[in-house]
Amino acid sequence: MGNGILHAAASSRSGRGWVFLLRVSVLMAMGGMALLFLMIVAFALPVFVQGEGGGPFTWSWAPGQGHFGILPMVAGSLAMGATAVAPGWLMGLCLCAWLLSPEKAGRPGVARTLVGGLVRVMTAIPTVVYGFAAVFLLAPSIRMGLGGSGFSWLTASLMLSVLILPTVVLVLQAGLAPRLEAVALAGAAMGMSRMELLWYVVLPSARAPLLSSAVLGFGRAVGDTMLPLMLAGNAPVMPDSLLSSLRTLTAHMALVTSNEVGGAAYDSLFMAGLVLIVVNAAVSLAIRRMGERA
Amino acid sequence: MNRLFSALALVLLSASLAVAAPLDAFKGQKGSIDIAGGTAHIPVMKKAAQAIMTANGDIRITVAGGGSGVGVQKVGEGLVQIGNTGRALKDSEVAKYGLKTSPFAIDGVAVAVNPANGVTSLTKAQVKDVFAGKIANWKELGGKDAPISLYVREDGSGTRETFEERALDKGTSAQSANVVNSNGAMKTAIAQDPNAIGYVGIGHLDDSIRGVTVDGMVPSQENAANGSYNITRLLYMNTKGEPTGLTALFVDYIYSEDGKAFTSEAGYIPVDKK
Repeated sequence: MGNGILHAAASSRSGRGWVFLLRVSVLMAMGGMALLFLMIVAFALPVFVQGEGGGPFTWSWAPGQGHFGILPMVAGSLAMGATAVAPGWLMGLCLCAWLLSPEKAGRPGVARTLVGGLVRVMTAIPTVVYGFAAVFLLAPSIRMGLGGSGFSWLTASLMLSVLILPTVVLVLQAGLAPRLEAVALAGAAMGMSRMELLWYVVLPSARAPLLSSAVLGFGRAVGDTMLPLMLAGNAPVMPDSLLSSLRTLTAHMALVTSNEVGGAAYDSLFMAGLVLIVVNAAVSLAIRRMGERA
Repeated sequence: MNRLFSALALVLLSASLAVAAPLDAFKGQKGSIDIAGGTAHIPVMKKAAQAIMTANGDIRITVAGGGSGVGVQKVGEGLVQIGNTGRALKDSEVAKYGLKTSPFAIDGVAVAVNPANGVTSLTKAQVKDVFAGKIANWKELGGKDAPISLYVREDGSGTRETFEERALDKGTSAQSANVVNSNGAMKTAIAQDPNAIGYVGIGHLDDSIRGVTVDGMVPSQENAANGSYNITRLLYMNTKGEPTGLTALFVDYIYSEDGKAFTSEAGYIPVDKK
């Protein structure tokens, strides 16, 4: 395949072969995306139209009684994303500020190199590992310390904020480091420490990376399946406190597909999938907007 | 020395025979089988299908769910070769479609609590009230003063179906109960949480959790098999008339040592062919 491409490129002086191949691959990727989207909409539409037993946009999920409402799960996903991103983003910001401001100007010490490396390693840890650790460590301590069953909105949300931490740190670092370097010399001449520079000069002018890291973290938290499935308790109702059980859209899809193949419950998942796509599309559109403004 | 060698050879030979034998029936076979119906059957059917298709690439087996009703309807209309049900066929169904039924497993479900829990036996009425959310504290059941953490299985799970049908008399569980998605996850949750109550397939009972006596019935594999424990149901494969060809081979494979292993793995008790 690779040889074929090279050959095609070599044989056409203007590189028309290349352009053609590029167009084909772009077309295939776009076509795939469009088909996927069409499929999901096509499968979701009948569920939306038939509306028997209340349809998907109701608050009751009880397949035995013909209720296929996914609204508790939509609300669950959004709530989970919000409570995960708030502490996750704050931790990420602090960690990033610390990583960017070594005392001996310019050269990061052993601690910072280690922590920086650790953050990179964290991106590669499968979420199921976090999940298992939390089932045996975090859930019992929450049960004993705060009450409830330990499998709750809070438990999953805490682990999700750890999960999104490296995403937030890396995005922030990529955005803040060049800005900081640009003013480092001037700042040093004025006798400002790197931390002061970050706080008074860089952060106020860095709205784009601050926002996009939060939005990306939110998207990652909403999209994760394993942690909510293992830790959030998965009751298909709205939680009445941080310590009660909650089901996200992703966990919901995993739970229903483990048994059902076909049938109304299964079909309603396409609506759940559509909602997830819409949320993620909204997130990435938001990022685009911020990129344009910055 | 010689005797030792021949004994060793015999052991190895019989071991290899035992491993290979059940799948040998599919050698040289070709074609496809479609299976639909009960969701509780799916793990067993899928394992068997995978084993058969791995051994013989010319055989295609599809496994779908849909529930017992769908199973009867599809096999009756000839859309699939095997229609699974989690209940005995009705006389009307046998008469209408001429179905032949083959029970292959007992699905027994045990109510389970944490081993540290003092409550060891419940009445069926108490079980119903606990799972409906009407009884919310262990104190009301003679235990310590602690809130009950309810754990149930996801919708469509065969274990949940059996439990709700046989223990709750077709009742439903409280919506606010925690949902876990496997017998293993249920065991972990109950073993970790001293206030937990939930249910597992009887084959999954072990020291990490304690099976609760319901209405004086002790949950165990033996009691489920001999009928003295009745939160159970049989799992059936149904065919239109006597199964023939590849379908017959598949049904027999489910009754073979391999099939029994898959059945036990899924938490059920294998039943011999009648």
